[in-house]
Amino acid sequence: MTDSFDDLRDLYQEVILDHGRRPRHARRLESFDATAKGDNPMCGDRIEVWVKYGPDGTIADTGFQARGCAISVASADLMAETVIGRSKADTHALFDAFREMARTGRCPHCDALAEPLERLEPLAGVHEYPSRVKCATLAWHALVAALDGGKEASSE
Amino acid sequence: MNVTTRPAMLDVARIREDFPILRQSIRGKPLVFLDSAASAQKPRVVIDAMREAMETQYANVHRGLHWMSERTTDAYESARDAVAALLNARDRHEVVFTRNVTESLNLMAHSYGRGVLQPGQAVVISGMEHHSNIVPWQLLRDARGIELRVAPITDAGELDMEGFEALLADGKVGLVSMTHMSNVLGTYTPAERIVRIAHAYGAKVLFDGAQAVVHRRVDVQALDCDFYAFTGHKLYGPTGIGVLWGRRELLDAMPPFLGGGEMISSVSYERSTWAEVPHKFEAGTPPILEGIGLKAAIDYVQAIGYGAIAAHETSLIDHALARLGAIEGVHILGRAQDRGGVVSFALDRAHAHDVATLLDRQGIAVRAGHHCAEPLMRRFDLESTARASFAIYTTQGEIDCLADTLMRVREFFT
Repeated sequence: MTDSFDDLRDLYQEVILDHGRRPRHARRLESFDATAKGDNPMCGDRIEVWVKYGPDGTIADTGFQARGCAISVASADLMAETVIGRSKADTHALFDAFREMARTGRCPHCDALAEPLERLEPLAGVHEYPSRVKCATLAWHALVAALDGGKEASSE
Repeated sequence: MNVTTRPAMLDVARIREDFPILRQSIRGKPLVFLDSAASAQKPRVVIDAMREAMETQYANVHRGLHWMSERTTDAYESARDAVAALLNARDRHEVVFTRNVTESLNLMAHSYGRGVLQPGQAVVISGMEHHSNIVPWQLLRDARGIELRVAPITDAGELDMEGFEALLADGKVGLVSMTHMSNVLGTYTPAERIVRIAHAYGAKVLFDGAQAVVHRRVDVQALDCDFYAFTGHKLYGPTGIGVLWGRRELLDAMPPFLGGGEMISSVSYERSTWAEVPHKFEAGTPPILEGIGLKAAIDYVQAIGYGAIAAHETSLIDHALARLGAIEGVHILGRAQDRGGVVSFALDRAHAHDVATLLDRQGIAVRAGHHCAEPLMRRFDLESTARASFAIYTTQGEIDCLADTLMRVREFFT
């Protein structure tokens, strides 16, 4: 049988299925400096993120535990991969750029972030599925809440 | 109306012709609409009735002394007669129009909960309620000290009758408010038994019939219940109109819910007096066009007949349980003996939202999520499920399409 889900390969690229199935950073950090929970009350997805800062204030390590769809877990994992080693300011800027990409499929003003955004690019396909955009951004809302000293974030 | 009234034989092909939306294609594929439990599609007669009312006779009701208002009042009030006949109510004044079941239940929590129940009394719900039959009672509990008790359900997704009766044993329960059919499990609760037990302990009974009234004839006198709520939009009618039926003497004893026009007898700055039921509970301009649409929907359903509807849906649910149950990795939630036309399921290694997105790409509409029943999902240790739900226009072929596609979805995530 031919795979009639071909047109869904934009959304469910192999890298997303892989990170959704086998996330590398899905773990609670033993010691951490910041943490926050994220919650999408519309669909019941939940995530908790932990952050450890290095001596220079950059993100030395981050991990998460999530219950959610393939998109939300893959997005959390790719996020963790991308932000380790980055400053808070860089991470905020990356969040803004990623959110733009998830909503519109592109990020016209993001040349400076081309390298990290390339890693997140597989998630750009969600822009064609408005009800799924929040799946991709939930982890980022939680991470930014942790960086800003908050406890709770919602993608609503 | 071009509908066959032979019992237990429903001509689905002809029924489908009554629903203009079913001719649609979604992403180049024929629409397979399996989300009717969230809201059902509308037959031509409902669409026409509402449009014709707007084009030929529309005016506000109950107040104008002109021809248009009188005609519209008659049309709107005939919806009350249609509901009374649908539920076999003794008296048309027992039919209160609301916006939806949620408002009907909030009316009850407010007017019966604050006006009749006393602090120290309790309300019993079940472990398979929609949020709309949980939250109003929590608000009442927190405001008035009226205890909220939750009757347990079994692993099969049925009401635990011993557990239910035990909650009533101390005689403090003033009201049992329970679903008549679960929107997640499809389970019918044993309504007559619930009423018998509750009455034996002095409690009144309110049923949330949002799902049940779509699939089965509801006779409030035969059930012997005290209140019954349902909504128009799941019964092939428009959104914006719901029903609360209650025994006349109970409604008479309840204080009003919302205040305003329509619900008063006289108003002065010192004191106002209330209109008779049902108008006491119907403040403001009512859902006029929605009432006219609901009347058309009820006439449509009655012409088909609940015998044929129930037989059709039994054959659909049997087919769905057989087809979906045979797919490795598919887990159907609940296995109640007595169930109606909804099937919730989980698929190994695939989240319900991903399943729903893949099905949508094939033109198949299902609901995914917690179905506004988070405590029930927790009871079964699940965050979310996908749910297929059936209507009079659902075909066996559509269920086959769902099953075949699910097998491909499973491969996609393996």
